Amino acid sequence: MHQHEMSARSVFDGVVFMPSQIKLLEDFKRDMHPDKVNLAGREYVGEHGHTTWLPLVRKIKQQIATDPTLTPEYPPNLGIPEFTRRATELALGKDSPAIVESRVFGVQTVGCTGAVHLGAELLRSCYCSSSSWSGPILLSSPCDDSLAGIFKAAGIEDVQYYRFWDAESNGVCVENMVRDLENAPEQCLVVLFASGHRPTGAELSQEDWKRVAEVMVKRQLFPFFLMSAQGLCSGSLEQDAWPVRHCVSLGLELLCAQSFSYNFGLYGERVGHLLCVLKQNLLAVQSQAEKIVQTLWSCPPMEGARVVATVLSNPAHLVDWQESVKAIAERCMLIRERLRERLRLLGGPWHWDHIIKPGGLYCCFGLNTQQVEFLVQKKHIYLLPNGCLNVSAINSRNLDYVAESIHQALSSKL
Amino acid sequence: MSIFGEVPQAAPVAVFKLTADFREDQNPRKVNLGVGAYRTDEGQPWVLPVVRKVEKMIADDHSLNHEYLPILGLPEFRSSSSKIALGEDSPAIKDNRVGAVQCLGGTGALKIGAEFLRRWYNGTDNTKTPIYVSAPTWENHNAVFSNAGFEDIRPYKYWDAGKRGLDLEGFLGDLESAPDHSIFVLHACAHNPTGTDPTQDQWKQIADVMKRKSLFAFFDSAYQGFASGNLDKDAWAVRYFVSQGFELFCAQSFSKNFGLYNERVGNLTVVAKDQDNLNRVLSQMEKIVRITWSNPPSQGARLVAITLNTPELFAEWKDNVKTMADRVLLMRAQLKEKLKALGTPGTWEHITEQIGMFSFTGLNSKQVEYLVKEKHIYLMASGRINMCGLTTKNIDYVAESIHEAVTTVQ
Repeated sequence: MHQHEMSARSVFDGVVFMPSQIKLLEDFKRDMHPDKVNLAGREYVGEHGHTTWLPLVRKIKQQIATDPTLTPEYPPNLGIPEFTRRATELALGKDSPAIVESRVFGVQTVGCTGAVHLGAELLRSCYCSSSSWSGPILLSSPCDDSLAGIFKAAGIEDVQYYRFWDAESNGVCVENMVRDLENAPEQCLVVLFASGHRPTGAELSQEDWKRVAEVMVKRQLFPFFLMSAQGLCSGSLEQDAWPVRHCVSLGLELLCAQSFSYNFGLYGERVGHLLCVLKQNLLAVQSQAEKIVQTLWSCPPMEGARVVATVLSNPAHLVDWQESVKAIAERCMLIRERLRERLRLLGGPWHWDHIIKPGGLYCCFGLNTQQVEFLVQKKHIYLLPNGCLNVSAINSRNLDYVAESIHQALSSKL
Repeated sequence: MSIFGEVPQAAPVAVFKLTADFREDQNPRKVNLGVGAYRTDEGQPWVLPVVRKVEKMIADDHSLNHEYLPILGLPEFRSSSSKIALGEDSPAIKDNRVGAVQCLGGTGALKIGAEFLRRWYNGTDNTKTPIYVSAPTWENHNAVFSNAGFEDIRPYKYWDAGKRGLDLEGFLGDLESAPDHSIFVLHACAHNPTGTDPTQDQWKQIADVMKRKSLFAFFDSAYQGFASGNLDKDAWAVRYFVSQGFELFCAQSFSKNFGLYNERVGNLTVVAKDQDNLNRVLSQMEKIVRITWSNPPSQGARLVAITLNTPELFAEWKDNVKTMADRVLLMRAQLKEKLKALGTPGTWEHITEQIGMFSFTGLNSKQVEYLVKEKHIYLMASGRINMCGLTTKNIDYVAESIHEAVTTVQ
């Protein structure tokens, strides 16, 4: 048999190198400075500086590991029914009209990203029924840098932004946001953030949400909520979910991507949920979701969802868990207050009320590029380039250093 | 007015519908020969003893955290999985030109591979690059590549219904006539659904044409160890291609050989010409993963990594895999014997010649319908049966029913 020689050229010659998107984290890991602080992480870290285990979660995982009745079978494509049921109830409230009227279905997904990706593909294939609709979709300015990529990958090329974070006031400018939504094309998708915005941590008041929802109804805009940390912002599950429930009460159809990473500490297990609230045609849309899931991951991983379902369906566990969530929210609020107090005592013309206004993990400081660079390079305090940071990584050991460094960054002529 | 108002109902996936019908069937003699999962002789799913052991180790290990895994997955999982596919002493691994991406099962591995190829394989837009899948093949292959944007998915001749074996001539012919640089999805072993694999010599012929025409080999390896009971034997084809200098992808699933169907443990092994090419490929795959599921799940990967990297556990796992493979071989032998003993018309050698979980019985759709409706024996319309659905308790009933179907239904 004639053996042919393999070409010396690589089939992948044309592939361009993509720089790592977690460079900041890598730089932090390499940094040998004893006072270094990582305020750019996603996860909630405890007082000791590490991600925490919820004791309840550990206990349930051990139960699962030794339960002889649990089988390793393929789960349904759309996930564990008990999980999706509880996740739906958690978001909408047990007596939500949408649930009572059977106008909602849920899909267990691979984390919040998986939920957004699935939602994006589902919308693109279903939206406005006929041929593929390609947008536009409106994202907040700023937002997580991977969001635009997720929608584009799903075929929604037309990505636009509504004004959200206002650097002047270190908060949300609702006027601008509402105006941009009013000027948006009818029937476009709008990504909204319940339970705190990433990366700014910004929140809207209930009055603000009412205004936003009104425009959504008037312009027939479609809400796609991201609720990544229900309970961690206000300490109350219901309060954090209020914007979603309010839109449902107005009769809006919507999607909601939920994450159980933060409020269960189950980051690695990738427990997400895509909630779909419709007016009609539920089974057909559900079947399309199933079809898409089969091309993404076939069916979702069980471990994390089993833990969540176990907790949410047991009244005693539920109370236990709600306490843990509240404790996390309260610690974040306490850190914010302490930070504000330290900064106030250090003096200067600046106001710090915006730090304590929102709850949850993230906070935006209105620092400019040079000031952020100063903090990273000179003080070994790592925060996001736009001046946003994760407050949970601030603790009693590094609070003074962080406050003084921020003060220094603002005071120096940079 | 709903924006979802006009959405059509998607057709149900045949194998899931079959299982649903099976579940609803009240007949006490019902047998499920449809879905592709291992069953014990008691007809139960099997948690591998080594898996039970490691699960408990993980749950009791208080030093483990719940943090996000790296985007490309658990490093020790990725490297040990690639070693399983390519061999501990693979020259490609030694040359640092092998990498991997931890994915959500075999499906996830195919997905990431497909998305990458569409963007980067032959120029930056491969929507028109032909993808060839075997006729027949796992029904989800089409959907995964189609959803990744490939518009031209073609069958390559594979199963010869007449002689109940591989249509090598047709296969080689389709390789020859394929446009250069086309992508071919190859089953590494235990072809799904036919259970018919090329021999080593046939693989050599296939590789030869693929090399000459610069065709890309995308292996789907869902049954390593499960087919013959021997990991190395089942990996022969992939390793041969690597030794011939091919750059290739291998989508590995640990659902079947670890019985971890529900934790979605997969690995996309990438073999490139050199380390530089490999790094560029992985960097782009990371970007694709980031917008698909961001980070893969930790549980299953940890379990597999610990098992593969701990000698006693690795030995125990290989033993567990052999247990499953041996039971399948036993059922194959017994089914063939019983059909021969009954004098069922036709030849039944293919039942023991075929390998892995599935057998393409050669029953036609009318005969299949008879089995499902009259005998409450559930199998795919194609005549595919899952040998794991057979047990010492039901094998007589199944053999007799097949005999009836063949003799009374044409």
